[in-house]
Amino acid sequence: MYEKDGEKYYVVDAHVHIWDGRESNQKNVHGKQFIDCFYDYHRNLSPEEVVWDYDTYTYYGGQRLMKDVFEDGYADHAIFQATLLSDFYKTGFGQTEEAFGLASEHPDKLTYNHAYDPRNGEAGLEQLRRDAERMNLKGVKLYTAEWHGDSRGYKLDEPWSRRYLEECLELGIKNIHVHKGPTIRPLDRDAFDVADIDKVATDYLDLNFIVEHVGLPRLEDFCWIATQESNVYGGLAVAMPFVHARPKYFAQIIGELLYWLGEDKILFASDYALWTPKWLVEKFVDFQIPADLPEYAPITTAQKKKILGLNAAALYGLDVPAELRLPTDAGDAPAEVAAGARS
Amino acid sequence: MIAVASTSQSQSLSDRVLAALSAVTDPELDEPITDLGFVRSVRIENGNVTVHLRLPTSFCSPNFAYLMASDALDALRKVERIGDVVVQLDDHHDSDKINAGLAAEAGYVGTFGVEAEESLDELRRIFWVKAHTAAMERCAEQLLRSTEVTVDDLHLVTLADVPDGAHKEALLRRRVAVGLGVDPADRLVVDDEGQALAAADVPLRLRFAKSVRISMEGNAHFCRGLLATRYGSTA
Repeated sequence: MYEKDGEKYYVVDAHVHIWDGRESNQKNVHGKQFIDCFYDYHRNLSPEEVVWDYDTYTYYGGQRLMKDVFEDGYADHAIFQATLLSDFYKTGFGQTEEAFGLASEHPDKLTYNHAYDPRNGEAGLEQLRRDAERMNLKGVKLYTAEWHGDSRGYKLDEPWSRRYLEECLELGIKNIHVHKGPTIRPLDRDAFDVADIDKVATDYLDLNFIVEHVGLPRLEDFCWIATQESNVYGGLAVAMPFVHARPKYFAQIIGELLYWLGEDKILFASDYALWTPKWLVEKFVDFQIPADLPEYAPITTAQKKKILGLNAAALYGLDVPAELRLPTDAGDAPAEVAAGARS
Repeated sequence: MIAVASTSQSQSLSDRVLAALSAVTDPELDEPITDLGFVRSVRIENGNVTVHLRLPTSFCSPNFAYLMASDALDALRKVERIGDVVVQLDDHHDSDKINAGLAAEAGYVGTFGVEAEESLDELRRIFWVKAHTAAMERCAEQLLRSTEVTVDDLHLVTLADVPDGAHKEALLRRRVAVGLGVDPADRLVVDDEGQALAAADVPLRLRFAKSVRISMEGNAHFCRGLLATRYGSTA
């Protein structure tokens, strides 16, 4: 919970990791390049006083996460999003078992989302069933751009992917987080392309599709699709730190998202440990659309409360204390057209 | 930092080389690679030119990396009285592959083999269309802010109504790239195929165009910032 100026905010960090990018876990030079790239993101967009040293950044473990996200970071709840990258790291980049173990220890604080790859066919489906039961999955995180043998990515609307989505429906996995953002080596297949979200969102209305990184670097494509689908959400991971580094650009992103998606479909996320949530929460609560962007209405406190936690709480059925709720429920407004165009 | 040999004979060649490189754009950002700091070095010896390019992260898309490197090579080869040309991409996870492909003139499919399914023409076109959309929005926004033109008038506004300047020049370049006309009587606000829009459709078209512009500008901020983080003061 975060409190400022008498207002109390229920905070859900909808995208956190425990990763191991240390040299000892790197399979090849790409493993080093990948963690170095993350570290550049971290250094480029963080305030100077919260920049970590490189060794801490490559591996920090569960206890540090608990401190940074919950003790210092104001989060009431956080959601692990799996990042496997098995081609780059010996035990994977995201430490799935460690994260799952931590979530099992703190079920009130942490939700663990696992991953699957539809290119694993029938065997992967079996694995998904076992994982769903063991891990009590409510969500998955998909990397459509991940390499897999000769394949340089897949689309959500391909036949095997559809079978997996149907299995998710069967298993009660409702929240499908999809990485559509800074790239992991796609080639001619444009893995940023969000068009596949459009197709499956229409076909699977009982699933929620959370587009991580709000489609950056193709914000407009994401907005255009999300505005036409009632079950498409935007995760702010990687967009959030612009609140400090490029506040005007952040204002434009939030302004566009509020116009196209509406206030019920935007989810706060730090992408920890890319960034720590503490300063992001503080700066977002203090943030306001600048006067030289009169095309956007000011962000209200209620909108900030929804974005910071209430929207994610609605998706994951989290029990929000009464004093932290809004008078009406967040996350249930229909949005068949541009949210801004309705008003 | 761009280091150029400064003998009197190569000076004019170096000007021509830099002019050629400044015409090469990042397809996604629609800005010259010279402005973005992607040109690490230019070396000229006896009329032969070696250019090193660099990108904000080693994980920049290989297709964009290849596009920029091959565009640079093509642009340099058209420079008057130039000798051998070598373009090398540094510090990319596909540097070796791309550099070998460029040297062998293998093309995109030839460079990436089984990993590439088709050439990059369609991808390039997608980003030209985006660049045109953003340029159109800048011109429309300029008219709305600085003249009597209102949104209700915009569907009738022609290129002749757009004041001369950088925005208009950029728009005309993009129109040529996507195959649209540049006749002064052509409409400013058009769809992706260049068709004029009904008055009622203009606001949503502009709204979308605005998000295209913001997206491209934001990406450029991000890339510049990352490049500076990666290479420090030399960026």
